[in-house]
Amino acid sequence: MSDGRARKERIDRGIKVRSDGLYAVSSLREMLYLSGPRILLIAGLLLLPLLLDPHPYWRRVINILCVYALLAIAFDFLANCVGLVCLGGSMFIGLGGYFAAVFNVHLHLSVYLSIPAAALAGAVASTLLILPCLSLRGVYFAIVTLMYPLLFTRVIEAFDLLGGSNGITGLDSFPGSNIENYSILLTLLAVLFGLRRLLNEDIGLVMHAVKDNDQSVRASGIDVVRIKTLAVFIASFIGCLGGAYLAHVYMWAGLSLFALDFSIIPIAAVTIGGGGILFGAVVGCLILVPLSEFLRFFGTFRIVLYCTALTAFIVFKSEGLMPYCARKYQQFERWAGA
Amino acid sequence: MGGRVSILTVEGLGKTFGGLKALSGVGFSVKKGEILGVIGPNGSGKTTLINCITGFVRPDEGKVLFKGGDITRWRPHRIARVGVARTFQVMRPFYSLPAYKNLIIPLWSPRARKEGGWRGGGKHGDRDTVAIDILEEIGFERDSRVPYKLASTLPTGYLKRLELARCLALRPEIIFCDEVFSGLSASEVASMLPLIEKLKMGGITLVMIEHRLRELFRVADRVMALQFGEKIAEGHYKDVIEDPRVKEAYLGIEEK
Amino acid sequence: MEILLFGIINSVTLSLTALGFTLVYSISRLPNFAHGALYVTSGYIVWLCVNTLGMNYFAGIAVGIAATAIIGALMYRLIIQRIRGMQISEIIATYAIGLAIIEGLRWGGLRGSTFTLPSFLAGSMKIGGIAVDNQRLFVLGSGVVVFAALGLFVKYTKTGLALKAIAQDERAAMMLGIDSDRKALVSFALGSGLSAFAAVLILPLGSIVVETGYNVLIYSIAISIIGGLGSWGGAVVASFLIGFAQILTEVFLSTQYTMVISLLAIIFTLLIKPSGIFGKQKELDDRV
Repeated sequence: MSDGRARKERIDRGIKVRSDGLYAVSSLREMLYLSGPRILLIAGLLLLPLLLDPHPYWRRVINILCVYALLAIAFDFLANCVGLVCLGGSMFIGLGGYFAAVFNVHLHLSVYLSIPAAALAGAVASTLLILPCLSLRGVYFAIVTLMYPLLFTRVIEAFDLLGGSNGITGLDSFPGSNIENYSILLTLLAVLFGLRRLLNEDIGLVMHAVKDNDQSVRASGIDVVRIKTLAVFIASFIGCLGGAYLAHVYMWAGLSLFALDFSIIPIAAVTIGGGGILFGAVVGCLILVPLSEFLRFFGTFRIVLYCTALTAFIVFKSEGLMPYCARKYQQFERWAGA
Repeated sequence: MGGRVSILTVEGLGKTFGGLKALSGVGFSVKKGEILGVIGPNGSGKTTLINCITGFVRPDEGKVLFKGGDITRWRPHRIARVGVARTFQVMRPFYSLPAYKNLIIPLWSPRARKEGGWRGGGKHGDRDTVAIDILEEIGFERDSRVPYKLASTLPTGYLKRLELARCLALRPEIIFCDEVFSGLSASEVASMLPLIEKLKMGGITLVMIEHRLRELFRVADRVMALQFGEKIAEGHYKDVIEDPRVKEAYLGIEEK
Repeated sequence: MEILLFGIINSVTLSLTALGFTLVYSISRLPNFAHGALYVTSGYIVWLCVNTLGMNYFAGIAVGIAATAIIGALMYRLIIQRIRGMQISEIIATYAIGLAIIEGLRWGGLRGSTFTLPSFLAGSMKIGGIAVDNQRLFVLGSGVVVFAALGLFVKYTKTGLALKAIAQDERAAMMLGIDSDRKALVSFALGSGLSAFAAVLILPLGSIVVETGYNVLIYSIAISIIGGLGSWGGAVVASFLIGFAQILTEVFLSTQYTMVISLLAIIFTLLIKPSGIFGKQKELDDRV
């Protein structure tokens, strides 16, 4: 039934077809094909600190990159798996960081305790702050998350709380830069694969359902607000973990933890890297964070750059880099028909 | 059919949207195990009625009693949990998932876990098996691997059944069907009728909102007619369609 | 008495700043996160016209308002129209645009407090024995006039009624032949123009600072949450609540706390009635 025009069709590559079903993996080549990208990612990330050993500045950048990656994963999870757009990721960094500072400096908890404790405290605080708007339209979530970091900065400054503009200093740092690097790298990998595992479980399906058709979910007897609360808790835990870690890296918790960068880079990373799969978030950060370092002397122009790139990706409905690459990896296009 | 107990009672239900009275003083009872048809021209408030009863819209006045308990103004998921299920006229299944995966969500809910006989947190396998069983009950031929097909490849008839399956997964006591026959060909509807009968024989009460009167009358025990948000007739279908008010509502004919 | 007077002035001022945001949301259900950016941009444009191009002040104002309205329209036409319906993308897009504009301005030179716009009316009057600058009174008067005008516009003009129809039920409006996209464009242009209008009135009272962009956004959001998203009556009431609360804090505590009051009011609203004073719990009603 050709109509005389050529059309492009996408066909799965042979190796993908052969390796798709679990029973079909027989050759080493197929196994490598399947697990290759994943191994590449894991190995690549883990080797990074060793490769950059002679450059302590860039080793620092790895830490920052991981924190951004955590935020980006949290954003991707909330936006593309549950349907909540978080415009204020810096809220988690700030809360996590300040809690860590209080636990470490005032309550004298060690680094290894203050970080998880701060993550937990921050998650509880964030969830409570966001909870009231979860039963309302999705737009409220965006509005509220946008507003909180902006307000926190002003409140802290106005009341000179928690060190005011100077922040809280004197946090313990990590015993060594290897621990500094690898603790966050391993955390990132754990979060990444752990969350993906969660999303493959039934609860992940329920969360996607909440995003796509929450009325149907309600009609099935599930409390949508509870699901959203759980999602917010998970995401804020991840974000606050990053924030607590960062405070210890800087040995200081201050207003800059609520910086706009922490809100916008995750969004840009997910849009550019591809949403919904969590890997895209990491890839996006791998691109944007080193870029951000190069653009440092451009001042706030870099934010203009991210936002423009971000908008361009959205407007042109680009699927993102990761899905694009994945598609190329798994399928090939050819002209057919005519 | 007398002597059956009432499972759901609605009293004086009213709802106004902006300036429009969508429902006004609607009251009726549904007997356990019966099939009640709800008919009426477009805009008569049929869907609003379901929405008010199942909690998706808050009624301004009136009461809804289910098995004696007041469920008025309860949140939708709570109402679903006590056994009141509903279908949606505009279905949005997970097109990118196989049919049986679509049932994971209702099977995950607390009620399904309780009633289904297996505990939540049970292995994937259990839930998947239950899903396939339900689909088989509803007419998805297991041998042809229909339950495993992606929802996007299923024709409307199957999607309508999938919607009913979603309700069945909750092991409900009563299902509100919002125009399940719409969009189907005559033969597709004909093939759904035995399914409806089967549900009834399984002890489920059905309230069916329909436009396809002929098919509805083949299965409904009683019929209720609405117009402009008010109940105008109720009873055996033969009596209802002879009712002058109903005639006027549907055909605009004044009986002199 | 002083409290009453300044309370009213402050409240009207606040409601003016939130005007553009409320309008755009009530018509196109879109939270325009670029609202604060447009506000500051208009002030900057006027400043440029007057100081760099040497234009007459009122000409500059006209250019500023018109330019901002055009920017808003372009924003809708080029970017938002293409992603209408995808709520997540819409939200992110306006946010990104707003940020790009604000930070772009910051980078482009809008630093420090040397950017000011002169007041239109010099001097002050005495009301009930209290001196109030004429500029503030002008803002008050304009605010009342604008709200009244908008009310009439929406009730009596064809475009206004069309906009209202879309706000109530987009689909029905489309069936009646009202072009929803065209009207959304108009609402964006109008909303941006109104933001500019508010800016030129209020900015002379202080200086043009990039932070104002964020502050205006915070206030608009606060007013929307407290009054109910998209509700005009709610916006006015919320402005008065916050306006008076701010004046009271200023008088009895200290000026530092004024922003904090907004935060507390928001949290309070979220706890008691999250959908706001006049917010209708339409979440469920909407889509069934």
